[in-house]
Amino acid sequence: MRIQRRNFLKGTAALAAGSVAMPALIGRSLAADKIKLGSILDTSGIFDAYGKPMDMAMQLAVSEINKGGGLLGREIETISYDTQSDMALYTQYGQQLARRDKVDVVHGGILSASREAIRPTLRKANTLYFYNVLYEGGVCDRNIAITGVTPAQQVEVLVPAAIKKWGPKIYILAADYNYGQITARWMQKYAQEAGGEAIAVDFFPLDVSDFGSTIAKIQTASPDIVVSALVGGAHLSFYRQWAAAGMNTKIPMASSTLAIGNEHKVLTPEEGNGIMVAFNYSPEIASPANKAFLEAWGGMYGDTSAIHEIAVSNYQGVHLWAEAVRRAGSIDRMAVIEAIEDGLSIDGPGGKVTMDAKTHHAVLDVHLMEINGQKLDVVERFEQRQPIDTQAVCDLSANPDDTTQYEIKI
Amino acid sequence: MDLAAVIAIEVVYSVAFLVLISVGLAVVFGMMRVINLAHGEFMMLGGYAAIVAVGHGINIYIAMLVVAPLVVGIIGIIIERLVIRHLYGRLIDTMLATWGLSLFLVGFATMIFGNTTTGISPPISGFSLGSYQVNGYNFFIILVTAVIIAAMYAILSYTRLGLVARGTMQGADMASALGYNPDRVYMATFFAGSALTGMAGGILAPLVGLGPASGATYIAKAFITVISGGASVIAGVLSSATLFGLISQTFTFAASPVVGEVALLVAAVILLRLLPQGITGRFFKGRM
Repeated sequence: MRIQRRNFLKGTAALAAGSVAMPALIGRSLAADKIKLGSILDTSGIFDAYGKPMDMAMQLAVSEINKGGGLLGREIETISYDTQSDMALYTQYGQQLARRDKVDVVHGGILSASREAIRPTLRKANTLYFYNVLYEGGVCDRNIAITGVTPAQQVEVLVPAAIKKWGPKIYILAADYNYGQITARWMQKYAQEAGGEAIAVDFFPLDVSDFGSTIAKIQTASPDIVVSALVGGAHLSFYRQWAAAGMNTKIPMASSTLAIGNEHKVLTPEEGNGIMVAFNYSPEIASPANKAFLEAWGGMYGDTSAIHEIAVSNYQGVHLWAEAVRRAGSIDRMAVIEAIEDGLSIDGPGGKVTMDAKTHHAVLDVHLMEINGQKLDVVERFEQRQPIDTQAVCDLSANPDDTTQYEIKI
Repeated sequence: MDLAAVIAIEVVYSVAFLVLISVGLAVVFGMMRVINLAHGEFMMLGGYAAIVAVGHGINIYIAMLVVAPLVVGIIGIIIERLVIRHLYGRLIDTMLATWGLSLFLVGFATMIFGNTTTGISPPISGFSLGSYQVNGYNFFIILVTAVIIAAMYAILSYTRLGLVARGTMQGADMASALGYNPDRVYMATFFAGSALTGMAGGILAPLVGLGPASGATYIAKAFITVISGGASVIAGVLSSATLFGLISQTFTFAASPVVGEVALLVAAVILLRLLPQGITGRFFKGRM
């Protein structure tokens, strides 16, 4: 983690000295002042598998913008903090970014808990905030822009496709916290709409790593498909034990979470092959934008294997913000927010990303994929999926002062 | 009928699993009265030892059954010499020291292996039992656990080594007066406990996604099993593992894995309320 606050302080000190010496130049030197982008991510600790590639993606996006002449003729400077997978540090660094560093925008936060720790601070300090991660949906706040996929966008594609391919009876396994609970509800809803049926839903605390009895229970229920929203390292054991019982060739599986942190590269090809997933991004997407992105990443870091879904979300988030600033012609917070609400759109590695004015969530392409030889083969592209879950509860053009995270009733 | 067989296998597996994860702790805690809060991390290291060995082309069974116990046993000896031996008889102090040790080992593993989940595939494939598919690797775990228990019983009851070890644990002064060096015996026992723990970690590695923090998933269950088992090392672990395995699997099948875990904990609380000295404090008294 390069913390560049020190350089920044040096820079401002020099600037201050210069401006004292030459009062006539004050106006001009301010105009050449850098735009400050605050980044707050867990680049160490237990979430660093998510945070490190996200940080790399942010650095890449900023360096691309700077190489292209910066924003409004000004260079972007990043001020990054490593929150060490500690939620308490988010509050502290969030305050620092807003009050002391006085950044123009903050990108970051990984877990929903970390987002909720800094969202009120940044709103109070009038600092624009971009949260660039797949999450459970429902945040309604004009000061935030959310560029990751929500459960409805994903599940709306995944479950009907799995039912169409394999049959109507689905068995749902999900992590036992808000993301899993909410996602499981969407899975049930879309299963019904697609003419299927959820015959069972099982929730697992995050530290459960023995799935023997679950695997037997699934066989007793004999579903056509197993759909998983399991999360984290302990839950990865499920896929392994599933394959060890030889079930991977008997009952097909779909997942809304596998591969977010590149978990499909931890499983062997035999264990992972054939599992259906749906995300915004796969490195296998054959588009010029993705090709350019992979080349740029390779050029900066050598190896592209670290790239994953939410790293790309972060990359697209930074570019979305940059585009908003360009369109606004200013870094003033309200001007940028108005640009976000005015059909802001970019072409990212995962396809076209458009901001939805009413919810400040992203409308994006969702790719249906199949894991094959530790890769995510794209099966089908579903263009411009709306964040309909959040849209059902949130309308920022009607209530611009809303700051709630709604629990979405289905 | 098939389902009954599958459930029976799962119950036996679950008992074997509990025995496997707690047998090393039973040696260290039950015999030496050292509360090793780094027990889970020893298992994690065993898992990594096996995975790294397999990555270097070593046969997976040798990696799990030889490399993992050796590596963790040696780490155990180093730790015993540096930390634990200064703390014998000081229960609370060993707790604090080994807790610090567990944090250190997590950090250490993170530095070396990175904070990502890794793993290997089980070497035994599943097979069908009637209309069900069963995880073949479960049988391997059941078998290995049975062998470990039988070997431990044989060593402790029939060999001079076991006799000396038991004697030293009961009265270090007397053993010393008879010409045995308690310091050596403690070291050897700690090595044995660590090696057993390392082997457990190695054997379970193919079934889980292993990360530096994986140890935390085992530690609570291992302690519950050992403490509920009571004073006797083998009879204690066997009886409490059987009870808890049966209860947790029954509730898991009847309801859900969450209820199964809750049932296990509730059973442990009730058991320790009724039998504060553990199962072998009342039944099977004086057994091994």
